[in-house]
Amino acid sequence: MDSTPAEGWAIEARGLRKRYGAVRVLDGLDLRVRPGSVCALLGPNGAGKTTAVRILTTLTAPDAGRARVAGHDVVTARSRVRRAVSLTGQYAALDEEQTGEENLRMMGRLRGLPRRQAARRAAELLERFGLTDAGRRRVVTYSGGMRRRLDIAAGLTRDPEVVFLDEPTTGLDPRSRRTMWEVVASLAESGVTVFLTTQYLEEADQLAHQVAVLDRGRLIAEGAPEELKRRVAARRLDLTLVDRHAYEAVHARVVGGALHASPGELLLSVPTDGSAAHVRALLDELDPARVEIARFTVQGATLDDVFLELTHE
Amino acid sequence: MSDYAVLAARSIRLSRRNLDAVIVSLALPVLLMLVFVYFFGGAIESGTGTYVTYVAPGVLILCAGYGASMTATTVTGDMTTGIVDRFRSMDTKGTALLAGHVAASTVRNAAATAAVLAVAFAVGFRPRADVPQWLAAIGILLLYVVALSWLSAVAGLLATSPEAAGGFTFFVLFLPYPSSAFVPIDTMPGWLHGFAEHQPVTPVIESMRALLLDQPAGSAPWRALAWCAGLLALAVPACALLFRRRTR
Ligand SMILES: Nc1ncnc2c1ncn2[C@@H]1O[C@H](COP(=O)(O)OP(=O)(O)OP(=O)(O)O)[C@@H](O)[C@H]1O
Ligand SMILES: [Mg+2]
Repeated sequence: MDSTPAEGWAIEARGLRKRYGAVRVLDGLDLRVRPGSVCALLGPNGAGKTTAVRILTTLTAPDAGRARVAGHDVVTARSRVRRAVSLTGQYAALDEEQTGEENLRMMGRLRGLPRRQAARRAAELLERFGLTDAGRRRVVTYSGGMRRRLDIAAGLTRDPEVVFLDEPTTGLDPRSRRTMWEVVASLAESGVTVFLTTQYLEEADQLAHQVAVLDRGRLIAEGAPEELKRRVAARRLDLTLVDRHAYEAVHARVVGGALHASPGELLLSVPTDGSAAHVRALLDELDPARVEIARFTVQGATLDDVFLELTHE
Repeated sequence: MSDYAVLAARSIRLSRRNLDAVIVSLALPVLLMLVFVYFFGGAIESGTGTYVTYVAPGVLILCAGYGASMTATTVTGDMTTGIVDRFRSMDTKGTALLAGHVAASTVRNAAATAAVLAVAFAVGFRPRADVPQWLAAIGILLLYVVALSWLSAVAGLLATSPEAAGGFTFFVLFLPYPSSAFVPIDTMPGWLHGFAEHQPVTPVIESMRALLLDQPAGSAPWRALAWCAGLLALAVPACALLFRRRTR
């Protein structure tokens, strides 16, 4: 993320700010994304992900700060940005009463394709997203996963330079989610820059070359998934202590703070990578006399844990 | 320009598939015509001979207004779903989207007008217009529909839900009553005269009636055109402004 790429950044944001009334939704967002890479903006509900996407796709103007997408300023060169990007928003943006094919043809025409080409492109996209059979049905009859796929296809009617996907897999079953991942991977392979938002750490890890963690309008961490994982344990070790005295003693030995601490239940959670060696070492370190920890379990860390850990620093 | 055509085709397709609306906008004229002619016809004396001849243009106007006002609901529908953001992200202009709705409204109303005329003929409406008069009458009616559709689009941009936008339909449906659409104005209470004589429906209806019944129209067609042009001159820029405000 250090040296400026020869062809410039696909996305470059500096000090983006946006507030709605008293709520500071974005509070100085800085971000740079390399052309042809996949960047995941990770954050919980209300973090400001959608707001960031809307600013970068010119739908909302920032209160302060600057951003360039595909080399064009999102405020002063809106039309150029719009011609270079595609946006698939968090909620499906399709005509329910048109068929899948009609929706795609319409988007292609609005993107400036002649009638014949728009029809050809629609057929290609339906094929690519496994919707050929459903193409002649109205969108009202589609399942959530089909709708999401069509929604993403609708953003691709004319090869965009930068594709924005706002929570492309939220609400999808595991199989549809996997299909979506393949779509993102194939987009990246074809050289397109993908900017996606997600609430799932695992997804960011799977898909992205670069992960940016957003919390209350600020980036609290950024880097390659591996770097991030080095800083953020992917799992957590839940410890149940034998009594209140043991709880206090072990709590005092936790380095860098516990993820959860609930004295009432005598429960402590600490980050771990989940390997036997690390768990064994942690147990020894926290309970050298081997009398204070009654039970332990290893859990997959949730996004909450990641945030807690990152905001501890 | 092609955006306009694409979005008009979209709106027309969506209108055609909204079965409820299609049925209502075709059933309404039929019912209204029958109600006016058979229930009220005996009681109302209008001075033009048979009441059906007097009232048929009024029902045409009523249905056209109703059909045009449905633009409010369709516009609000687009504004409250994600589709407007998708169009904007493709650099489609707001006016193209709204013009598409107005175009669909005009097509819908042309169909409804044909239905009203068919029913009117069936119950005894016998206009005495020649071809130029017919063309002028239909032209004024469609212009009225276009103006009212843009006005409805303004309402649609102001409303926050399709239900709220539906309220505008009620207002427009009511507008022809205090005009000469169904009864002559001089039969109304005095305080209504001022409003009835100076509202857009009155010159529109009077030109329609004069043209279709081959009577002297006086200044009515010009006043009707002025009203429609005035409404358009207000509504179209208002739409552009509100669209920008709504999508900030
Ligand atoms: N148009 C708006 N008017 C007022 N407040 C808004 C508006 N848009 C967003 N907000 C507020 O900004 C905050 C961040 O919203 P945003 O939609 O960007 O979050 P998000 O990270 O996308 O959340 P989610 O995961 O729920 O989609 C929220 O508190 C939201 O209520
Ligand atoms: Mg969001």
